[in-house]
Amino acid sequence: MKQTTYQYNDQHLSVSEPLKFSEKELKSEEMIFNLGPQHPSTHGVLRLEVITDGEIVKEVVPHIGYLHRCFEKHAEKLPYNQTLPFTDRMDYVAAMNNEWAFAMGVERMLGIDKDIPKRIEYIRVVVAELNRIASHFVAIGTYGMDIGAFTPFLWMMRDRETILRMLEWVSGARMLYNYIWIGGLYYDLPVGFEEQCQKFCTYLKPKLKDVDDLLITNKIFIDRTANVGVLDKHLAINYGVTGPNLRAAGMCYDLRKVDGYGVYPELQFDVPIGTGEKGTTGDCWDRTWVRMQECHQSLRIIEQCLEKLMTEHKRSADFDPRAFVPKKIRPKEQELYVRAENPKGELGFYFRADGRSDIPLRCKSRGPSFSHLSVLPEISRDVMLADLFAIVGSLDLVMGEVDR
Amino acid sequence: MLDQIQQLLSDQIQGISLEPIPHSTPAGFIIPSANIHAVCELLHSHPSCYFDHLACLSGVDDGVEANTMEVVYTLYSIPHDVHLSLKVVLNRAYPEVASVCDIWRGANWHEREAYDLFGIQFSNHPDLRRILLPADWVGFPMRKDYEEDTAYHGMTIKHPDVLKP
Repeated sequence: MKQTTYQYNDQHLSVSEPLKFSEKELKSEEMIFNLGPQHPSTHGVLRLEVITDGEIVKEVVPHIGYLHRCFEKHAEKLPYNQTLPFTDRMDYVAAMNNEWAFAMGVERMLGIDKDIPKRIEYIRVVVAELNRIASHFVAIGTYGMDIGAFTPFLWMMRDRETILRMLEWVSGARMLYNYIWIGGLYYDLPVGFEEQCQKFCTYLKPKLKDVDDLLITNKIFIDRTANVGVLDKHLAINYGVTGPNLRAAGMCYDLRKVDGYGVYPELQFDVPIGTGEKGTTGDCWDRTWVRMQECHQSLRIIEQCLEKLMTEHKRSADFDPRAFVPKKIRPKEQELYVRAENPKGELGFYFRADGRSDIPLRCKSRGPSFSHLSVLPEISRDVMLADLFAIVGSLDLVMGEVDR
Repeated sequence: MLDQIQQLLSDQIQGISLEPIPHSTPAGFIIPSANIHAVCELLHSHPSCYFDHLACLSGVDDGVEANTMEVVYTLYSIPHDVHLSLKVVLNRAYPEVASVCDIWRGANWHEREAYDLFGIQFSNHPDLRRILLPADWVGFPMRKDYEEDTAYHGMTIKHPDVLKP
């Protein structure tokens, strides 16, 4: 078969991704315009159809699917261990957390989730929390840039790069790790990692304070984000909003506490929630502030885990991180929904296994960003157009996860 | 807790048949598709369960042999910390079920996705359009018997080098 190239036709855009509203329905003074999919403030390939009256946004319709890579279809064709690297590419700024959620689901299906050695569990928490900080740094840094603060972005990217270098040291890859395996890990931590990571934690604490001073409590930033895009608690739950966005709305709901998976019950940390300190509970400022506070808590968790990894669950010559990795992954016939707290919110996987093959019959992923984007039209009615970007940025969307 | 929910449902909805879903985590019931909206409404609003979080709504195709499709609702009650699965089994030729958008508004996009990838119709859905795929895409790719078209807008879809599983 001969490979053909794209043949341009004027009609293609209008038939493949038509607008929801038509020009005929508009009232006088209203207009439709299109934002994205290639727009720096939309954090990836998000296209928004916006109806405005002057500068006031009347309606927003997100058009998604520009980054659709058929994750669920691939998952139905591949064994579980080969699907694992695909999950990295969903929320690509927090790949460790995705892998962990997927691996945890398969481990539960196999019934080996209680046998995982403690050292592996602690390492998983360390890498996942490091990745959580990196993800929040991207969220806060790019958010600052969206609304006009360029310096914090550079600071946060600099520190995020250190995290990525450390995770590269651990796994060999900068962003898409394939490090957490079903039943174990790719490798043990490299020699000297614990000490380096401790040094990094000591280094990062004052840097977080700097960002706090420069961005979060900056008067310009507060004026720009307080009372903007207020997401009510009840509306948020009704829309399936989870993670920092829900906590900013004043709801103390963190799956690390609620479900207590992994070794989280053994660790001390707080769940920061939004209180409307600078404006209304659940506004853009609260969402950013909650992310910033979570970075502090993640550092606390990492330090406790490193302490354990250097004393109680020390590196030993006979420790094999692949000892419990099953040679054959064939779960019994069952359906299972597993969920984990990602930096963005609740990441869930729904598995269906028939007990006769190594390939799932169905693997549905429920990404937090998908639900967060669906609430956008609700909270951006009657706001100024410039505030629309402040709201989109504050929801911390990753299109890789929305489109899958 | 599951017994209480079963009791509540059979008390409040007349003549409902509740069958437990085999080997399911979280456990739950297979609900007749005609009852799903009433069941969801009751579970969402009743103070003894208050399932306020629709965690996941997933379409499933059982294949041509079984000739059924399913919609699986994964519910979670934040105040009571209870999980529940609900399942409806649909005819594969005309898969249609009532939308639960008016109960959990977050279901809107999940139902659009199930429509987009499985072709499941959700009656009373306010805005049932394709969501991930282009509007002029032919077929429903997550069906087990899906055969992709040869070309889309002049672009070859079936690449000759793609390995067959």
